[in-house]
Amino acid sequence: MTNSQPRAIVAGHGEFAAGLVSAVEAITGRGHLFLPVAVPDLCAADIEALLRETMRATGARVLFTDLHAGSCTMAARRILRGMPDAVLVSGANLPALLDFAFADAEPGGAGGAARHAAERGRAAIDAVEGTP
Amino acid sequence: MSIALFRIDDRLIHGQVVLGWGQPLDVGFLVLVDDAIAASEWEQELYRMAVPPGVDLYFQTVNDCLGDMDRYRADPRPGILLTADVDTMGALAAAGGVPAVNIGGLHHRSDRVQRLRYVFLSPGEEQALRDIAARGVPVTAQDVPSAHAVPLGEILGDGAAK
Repeated sequence: MTNSQPRAIVAGHGEFAAGLVSAVEAITGRGHLFLPVAVPDLCAADIEALLRETMRATGARVLFTDLHAGSCTMAARRILRGMPDAVLVSGANLPALLDFAFADAEPGGAGGAARHAAERGRAAIDAVEGTP
Repeated sequence: MSIALFRIDDRLIHGQVVLGWGQPLDVGFLVLVDDAIAASEWEQELYRMAVPPGVDLYFQTVNDCLGDMDRYRADPRPGILLTADVDTMGALAAAGGVPAVNIGGLHHRSDRVQRLRYVFLSPGEEQALRDIAARGVPVTAQDVPSAHAVPLGEILGDGAAK
C-alpha cells in the first residue's frame, strides 16, 4: 500500500460516508486516508462483495460503518470472518475518523489506530443542557 | 395478531427494520424465517449482534414457523416476521394467517428488473407476488413507515395485481 492509498474504508447509509470523509478533508486535509463507499440499491451479498473488493483493491484493513445493525456492518462482520488482520469500527462518527486520521504512528498499526479511534469516538459523544 | 409486519427484505435485519419499523412499532420480537440461517449457528450469532437489547429474535425454518404461528399470534408484544425472498413468504401465505405482505427491499440481481428504487423483481418473483395477492393478501412495497405504501399493481405497472 502506498501513502496515496486510503488506509480505511467508510461505509453506511445514504451519503453518510461521503459526508463524513468530506468533513475530515475540510478539517484536516486528510480525507484521502478514507475511501467512502455508498451502497444504494444493493442486496446484502452485493454490499459484502463491494466492500471485499474495495478492501482488496486498496489494501485497507480498517472499516468504519455507521450503524451497529446496518447492512454495511453486517457485511463487514461477514468479511472479518477469516480476515484476522482486519478491524471494524461500527457506530463511527467524525471524532473517531479524525483520531484515526492523525494516528500515523499508533502502536499496533492500522488495527491499533482503529481501536483507539473507536475509544475516542465513543468518548466524544456528549449531551449539553441549556442554562437559564 | 401480534405480528404487526410480514416483511420481505433481502437484507433481513438491518437499520430500517430494527430502527425504522422497530422503534415506532415498539417491537418485542423478530421472527427470521430462513431455512439456511436456521441451520447455521454462525449466521444466527451474526444477526443476534444486530438486535437491540430487549428484543427477542427467533430463527425458524418455514415448516417450524408454520407450527409456531399460533404462539406468535398469542404473544402480546408486537413483532415483525422477516423473509429474505418471495418464495418463503409465499409458503407462509399459502398456509394462511398472513394478513398483508410488506416488500421492504429486494435489490438488484442480474435476473431482476427494477420496479421501484428498492424493489427489483424477476419474472418468477412477480408471479409469486401475484399468487400471494390472489389469495386475498394485500401486497405493498414500503421501505420505511413514513413512505407511501405502493400497491402491487402499481409496482408491476399493470394497475391491478393479476
